[in-house]
Amino acid sequence: MNRCPRRCRSPLGQAARSLYQLVTGSLSPDSVDDEFELSTVCHRPEGLEQLQEQTKFTRKELQVLYRGFKNECPSGIVNEENFKQIYSQFFPQGDSSTYATFLFNAFDTNHDGSVSFEDFVAGLSVILRGTVDDRLNWAFNLYDLNKDGCITKEEMLDIMKSIYDMMGKYTYPALREEAPREHVESFFQKMDRNKDGVVTIEEFIESCQKDENIMRSMQLFDNVI
Amino acid sequence: MAAGVAAWLPFARAAAIGWMPVANCPMPLAPADKNKRQDELIVLNVSGRRFQTWRTTLERYPDTLLGSTEKEFFFNEDTKEYFFDRDPEVFRCVLNFYRTGKLHYPRYECISAYDDELAFYGILPEIIGDCCYEEYKDRKRENAERLMDDNDSENNQESMPSLSFRQTMWRAFENPHTSTLALVFYYVTGFFIAVSVITNVVETVPCGTVPGSKELPCGERYSVAFFCLDTACVMIFTVEYLLRLFAAPSRYRFIRSVMSIIDVVAIMPYYIGLVMTNNEDVSGAFVTLRVFRVFRIFKFSRHSQGLRILGYTLKSCASELGFLLFSLTMAIIIFATVMFYAEKGSSASKFTSIPASFWYTIVTMTTLGYGDMVPKTIAGKIFGSICSLSGVLVIALPVPVIVSNFSRIYHQNQRADKRRAQKKARLARIRVAKTGSSNAYLHSKRNGLLNEALELTGTPEEEHMGKTTSLIESQHHHLLHCLEKTTNHEFIDEQMFEQNCMESSMQNYPSTRSPSLSSHPGLTTTCCSRRSKKTTHLPNSNLPATRLRSMQELSTIHIQGSEQPSLTTSRSSLNLKADDGLRPNCKTSQITTAIISIPTPPALTPEGESRPPPASPGPNTNIPSIASNVVKVSAL
Repeated sequence: MNRCPRRCRSPLGQAARSLYQLVTGSLSPDSVDDEFELSTVCHRPEGLEQLQEQTKFTRKELQVLYRGFKNECPSGIVNEENFKQIYSQFFPQGDSSTYATFLFNAFDTNHDGSVSFEDFVAGLSVILRGTVDDRLNWAFNLYDLNKDGCITKEEMLDIMKSIYDMMGKYTYPALREEAPREHVESFFQKMDRNKDGVVTIEEFIESCQKDENIMRSMQLFDNVI
Repeated sequence: MAAGVAAWLPFARAAAIGWMPVANCPMPLAPADKNKRQDELIVLNVSGRRFQTWRTTLERYPDTLLGSTEKEFFFNEDTKEYFFDRDPEVFRCVLNFYRTGKLHYPRYECISAYDDELAFYGILPEIIGDCCYEEYKDRKRENAERLMDDNDSENNQESMPSLSFRQTMWRAFENPHTSTLALVFYYVTGFFIAVSVITNVVETVPCGTVPGSKELPCGERYSVAFFCLDTACVMIFTVEYLLRLFAAPSRYRFIRSVMSIIDVVAIMPYYIGLVMTNNEDVSGAFVTLRVFRVFRIFKFSRHSQGLRILGYTLKSCASELGFLLFSLTMAIIIFATVMFYAEKGSSASKFTSIPASFWYTIVTMTTLGYGDMVPKTIAGKIFGSICSLSGVLVIALPVPVIVSNFSRIYHQNQRADKRRAQKKARLARIRVAKTGSSNAYLHSKRNGLLNEALELTGTPEEEHMGKTTSLIESQHHHLLHCLEKTTNHEFIDEQMFEQNCMESSMQNYPSTRSPSLSSHPGLTTTCCSRRSKKTTHLPNSNLPATRLRSMQELSTIHIQGSEQPSLTTSRSSLNLKADDGLRPNCKTSQITTAIISIPTPPALTPEGESRPPPASPGPNTNIPSIASNVVKVSAL
């Protein structure tokens, strides 16, 4: 019958209303009306010129990035669910949702629960066009889950587990329970200079700069776009 | 990987920064972008329809894509135009909005495609003009119902791993198809409902005479038998009701629901009859209560979907039914009054009062015409005929509305059922496609090694073999490869995994011989040399253990090794050494193709017994003479 859900709570009012409906026989209004939410907030990014100043991308690169971004998120912002879903398409075998959450928190610099195009491009600018130190800083920020300036073993364990989760079940050799923990141990062995159980940013950067593998792999990002 | 997210691949690769500091092994080389940086704009020009309009027209609505600076992102400097890779048909409507201020919804367009386009251009659908708004809302409602339906069926089918006993019971009650026990229960209750209804009916049939008294209905003749049957049915119904009450997620809501009221009404008369004694005054009321036993037939609605649809239709057409009732009442009162006054004059008229004429009017308007009351005066007959004609009209009008409602709901249900049936096939196909993509990676891994080997040697004539994968695919595979390197595990497909599991369970523990730590350097090379995946073997160890076990030992040793910080440099230098050793031996790349692309798992025992050459993972015994060369290549 008539759905006047919230307006008349009193049963008498409801009965009177039903009687009225009965008598006049009006068609019931669409119930979907109540649930018709306005389309999601449309967020416009700043102009191309400002983005060119703020990031190290060229105009063409920004255009390409924006087109891809808008294709997946026409409303102009990505929320966490969307983000996880996009990221999971690249890892069909494993479960990338935890790692995607960490990534989301790293990109969402103002912690408002959504990543706009500016956040997105700012992060990419650091990773793809920044100096090695910038990149290491960014990675440190990613690992430091509570953003307190140091990485504890628990934080590292969470990150490690999320990375191992992405491998999925069918791996060779088969994933053991202790594999992430052992990896964390070896990581701390390498990074934690003063053996105080946490890795600070200075220790991190110093240790990474000493490791040739890591430094070399940081060069990988030069040609991503 | 869907094509749409390919544009986000640079982001996913950039996000791999999180793995770099953590990885202990060096990352593989990235695929080179061999093609010159071409202009990304693919001038397919499907949307090559060129629309032209003034700039001020667009700027009328500055909070949309076209009216703001956002369109600069789509500006193509070469052709000095804005290129949008979207549907030109819908764009026509969008542009007309800017021109005329009214947004129209084309009927032939799919509602979700239209919504997507509007979302892209930043236009709120509310702006749709009145001329097209009704259509839009109708289609949107249908779509939303379909989505809800899909979600509901999805929720019903998804397997919830940990359900409490109560939840399983509730699920069993709501969907009898979930388990055989539920199905049995469903049929048993259905049977007993039928039995109960039939006994109620047969009870009243006259059942032959007992000599010396009048004809008795069966219920009184075999009262004991009927009482037992009734008791049994009520027992079952009570148990069922109590179980449902126990299992319901929200008991209060369950008690208020229609089905539970029907259940209660169906079994109450029995208990009231038990409680009441057999005195005269109350038994009259008791007999009336027995009428309520007929409500047991409504319990069938849990078993029959058609009945539920009918009930739902009546509920949704309640306003039409109400209107029908009201207009009928109006007409009855009018005609009854007229007939009463018309027939007042005639003698012995049956139309004694207006309420008495109601009966005549109803019978006439519904064209029943029992004939127990007929008008005798001429005026009465005239008004009587007008009454029957108008009766037909008044009843015929709301009925099609109800019928169309019923038909819509019924067809919707049919479609939903069909969709659910097709969904399984669709999901199976989607799953196959998904495994196809991950298999593509595994497949190209085997071929991909050889690409990189070839690229390093730079022999151009071999390069064309590797070009079967597009740049995007090779980048994606590189990403997955980096992940493998970070975690020191490899992706394999399901069958391989199961094989490994079976092998590891068959051979429980390795022999006592353990690899000596003196072979440490060799081990560390092979730790990162997982590329020759299914054929690696511990060098210097003559373990007959399974591959799996050996890999586990390998990884543990590897980790122990990392605890000595001095080895970090040595490990990287070892890798360097391996790389250095790579180049001269890659000239024999011709042979490596054959070896690496054979994915057959090696026979364990022969390898275990054969004396392996130092630091040589023994691959298939096909080409033993080139084993040493194979080693170097596989130490990539």
